[in-house]
Amino acid sequence: MELLTYLALMGLKSIAVLGFLLFAASYLVLGERKLLARFQVRYGPNRAGPWGLLQPIADMIKLLAKEDIVPQGADRKLFLLAPALVATTALLSFGAVPWGPELVLGGRKIEGAVADVQVGLLYIFAMSSLSVYGIALGGWASNSKYSLLGAVRGAAQMISYEISLGLSLAPIVMLSGSFSLREIVEAQEKVPFGLIQPVSLFLFLTSALAEIKRIPFDLPEAENELVAGYHTEYSGMRFGLFFLGEYVNIIVLGGVVANMFLGGWKGPLLPPLLWFVIKVLAVAFFLIWVRATLPRLRYDQLMHLGWKLLLPLSVLNVILTGAVLAAWPKS
Amino acid sequence: MGEKREGRSRDEAERREGGLHVLGAIWGGFATTLKHLFRRPITQQYPEVRRSLPERARGRIILTRDPKGDERCVACELCSAVCPVSCISMQAAQREDGRRYALWFRINFARCIFCGLCEEACPTLAIQLTPDFEMIKADPLDLLYEKEDLLVDHCGKNTYYDYQEHCGTGEKGMRPGELPPVDPKTNLP
Ligand code: SF4
Ligand code: SF4
Repeated sequence: MELLTYLALMGLKSIAVLGFLLFAASYLVLGERKLLARFQVRYGPNRAGPWGLLQPIADMIKLLAKEDIVPQGADRKLFLLAPALVATTALLSFGAVPWGPELVLGGRKIEGAVADVQVGLLYIFAMSSLSVYGIALGGWASNSKYSLLGAVRGAAQMISYEISLGLSLAPIVMLSGSFSLREIVEAQEKVPFGLIQPVSLFLFLTSALAEIKRIPFDLPEAENELVAGYHTEYSGMRFGLFFLGEYVNIIVLGGVVANMFLGGWKGPLLPPLLWFVIKVLAVAFFLIWVRATLPRLRYDQLMHLGWKLLLPLSVLNVILTGAVLAAWPKS
Repeated sequence: MGEKREGRSRDEAERREGGLHVLGAIWGGFATTLKHLFRRPITQQYPEVRRSLPERARGRIILTRDPKGDERCVACELCSAVCPVSCISMQAAQREDGRRYALWFRINFARCIFCGLCEEACPTLAIQLTPDFEMIKADPLDLLYEKEDLLVDHCGKNTYYDYQEHCGTGEKGMRPGELPPVDPKTNLP
């Protein structure tokens, strides 16, 4: 009985979160298009429904109705697998992101996350590193030079940014003494870590932008050089999956930043869940703002930035934080 | 400034650019885009707002008449010859008074690229482009415009030019004020 209720609760929560994620991702696309348009003094989509609110549905119907083309000479199995890999890893990583405090309902504790993993941070990193396989495999299996170039860039970019991505969060882990996102949030009861560790926030945002391949680090899909990079050959719903993965990744990134640096669901007055959503949206807005502002880096510039600036900075940050913590142990 | 920059080696320029002022430039970019976010979009919402295009905008083609009300076109085929996509065709005919006209005149707007070369080539100012661009048809065959569709009852952009007045009708060498034909052989040394 105990197990059954547990499973039922778990399933309900997963479905709710999954539905919310898909909904949020599709409306994030609309929000991004609208905001980008306003950044460029345009209106953006405003024809489908009032204020263009039905645009995601129209897009979805279009994607579903399109022919699913597998190019000749493609490695069929890998080609079909790759987009699913990107979408699943993105969706899975949200599972470890907590979005609210523990609720007590009828003597039963319900945690505000699909799964409150003790090493949630590592799990999210692992998932986001796996997603690069989707890109590399998709690009390789397409059997097209543009896709392959995009995939190679994606892999190289991942290698140069993963290190600073991990190291940039190390000070936070040192400060809070835990890998669990829930405990990290609890540790920010008084001050959000974003104020204590602005350098870490900057490093993490920069490397995470590279990790989820958004402008200014969208070299793997650089339209004006590589057609569409690794997903050049994809069409219909398979392309849709890549797309979905990208936007779910934005939400995951928003959740991680909110939890690690902005104090998670904690905030005055408003209910916790609302605070969390506001913070995630703020991060998403920042990402869109970055997209509207910065040009794409050249390949060598990207490598320089990664290895010569971000990596040393993050190592320095870890050492300094360690020194400070050693000098003034937990006050 | 620009000249000085070019004199430097690329490395030096890059090192300079890697300095702190990159941060300033990035900040400036962010400020600019944020400013734009609060500006009114300049888009004109097309079907609701139809801006009037300039008089010389290149859209639907018409065949105009001269000030007297006669068809200007003399079916000289110059427009047809100059058209880069060969979408004009016609059949020449002659009236009793010796004036030439187009028996039929057809423009295939499915192929026309609205380059305006026909208008430039026309010696009689008959063929002209108008600012009207809304010619959507469900069937490409409906975009074949015949002479009846093209011919209009006005002079178009030029209200005074009359080719026939200028050159006269009638056979070669018989028009009033016409110079004697040039004999190319007499020009030889
Ligand atoms: S506008 Fe250009 S393409 Fe169109 S009929 Fe005239 S010459 Fe031909
Ligand atoms: S429209 Fe002008 S160029 Fe074309 S056949 Fe008539 S007179 Fe000649």
